Amino acid sequence: MITDMLGALGTSTRQMLANWGFAARLFFKLLGMSGAALKRFGLVRDQVHFLGNYSLAIITVSGLFVGFVLGLQGYYTLQRYGSAEALGLLVALSLVRELGPVVAALLFAGRAGASLTAEIGLMRAGEQLTALEMMAVDPVQRILAPRFWGGIIALPLLAAVFSAVGILGGYVVGVLLIGVDSGAFWSQMQGGVDVFKDVGNGIVKSVVFGVAVTFIALLQGYVAKPTPEGVASATTRSVVVSSLSVLGLDFILTAMMFSI
Amino acid sequence: MQRSKNDVWVGLFVLIGAIAVLFLALKAANLLTWSFSQDYEVTAKFDNIGGLKPGAAVKSAGVVVGRVKKIEFDGESFQAKVTLGMQTQHAFPQDSSLKILTSGLLGEQYLDVAPGADEKNLAAGDRIGSTQSAVILENLISQFLFSQAEKPTTESKKP
Repeated sequence: MITDMLGALGTSTRQMLANWGFAARLFFKLLGMSGAALKRFGLVRDQVHFLGNYSLAIITVSGLFVGFVLGLQGYYTLQRYGSAEALGLLVALSLVRELGPVVAALLFAGRAGASLTAEIGLMRAGEQLTALEMMAVDPVQRILAPRFWGGIIALPLLAAVFSAVGILGGYVVGVLLIGVDSGAFWSQMQGGVDVFKDVGNGIVKSVVFGVAVTFIALLQGYVAKPTPEGVASATTRSVVVSSLSVLGLDFILTAMMFSI
Repeated sequence: MQRSKNDVWVGLFVLIGAIAVLFLALKAANLLTWSFSQDYEVTAKFDNIGGLKPGAAVKSAGVVVGRVKKIEFDGESFQAKVTLGMQTQHAFPQDSSLKILTSGLLGEQYLDVAPGADEKNLAAGDRIGSTQSAVILENLISQFLFSQAEKPTTESKKP
């Protein structure tokens, strides 16, 4: 009885360690193949098209509405302290440092990560990956690496678009609707936002999130059970795990970048 | 054919992303006011700098002419030693004076340069002698209270 339980515990621990090891091995294999993948840039470009262009609409619309809400809420709080002119600074800092990279990565995980996992999982289920191996084509290099780089290129651009559109949304609500002074809006923003410390670190964040979200999506698809249920649960797990790791990574990155 | 169509759309996507980054850098952040020009360093000592921080603006007549580079404590005179980076195109007389002011009621603190009348201009490494400390609200209040207490009229009116 007890030995059975201990055995099960040992098996699951070993299984978990093996999964982590496989994930790490796949990650370094992907990194090692980046040269070969970037050389065939046509494949990467098609993935940027699939992951980036098709996510542009959802990113733009959500960025606009996040900017609207930031403008309204920020004005409501700031005018209590008589400093509604700082609205531009509040909107820009919160978007550039946190909301832009994080919300864009969460949307990207739902919009693009899920479809990556489903695509790779179905390739696995339909034995297309095995067929590639039979033809001595490495599926990691031919299938996974272009998608990996496509995601890494697409997400920072999407996050930048999100932040920029969000700032415009904050401008529309704050200046055009509520009537905060336009000059103060922009000058407070420019006085408080630093190119390297705020914008640069935001871009670094979104690159890290791009690596994390794309890699988790590819890994979950690659190790999915080759059944309809397997692909379904892999897709769910891809979104859940990548969203959680984006939030966790964001805390670590913020602590590293901004607190010191 | 399919490929060339994709090319255009991906190019458009990258272009939109680049425009967004440029917008963030130029319009939202301070890349335009970032001075790539050389500046010369001038030091000054203050009795109390209040809330002045490195990176704060140095203004003259309301126009930014430099930045605060470094603030350190001088253990010999027990004063704050502030190093200013002044833009080279702006020269000030040697007997100019510095004041710590606040922009708005709750705004950031900045340094104000009041130009003097000396023939010679400030050069790199010079020290600005005449400085005026930041206004500390608590000191103001206590001064006000003391001056009120000294007034005989308030004393006699008390029943």
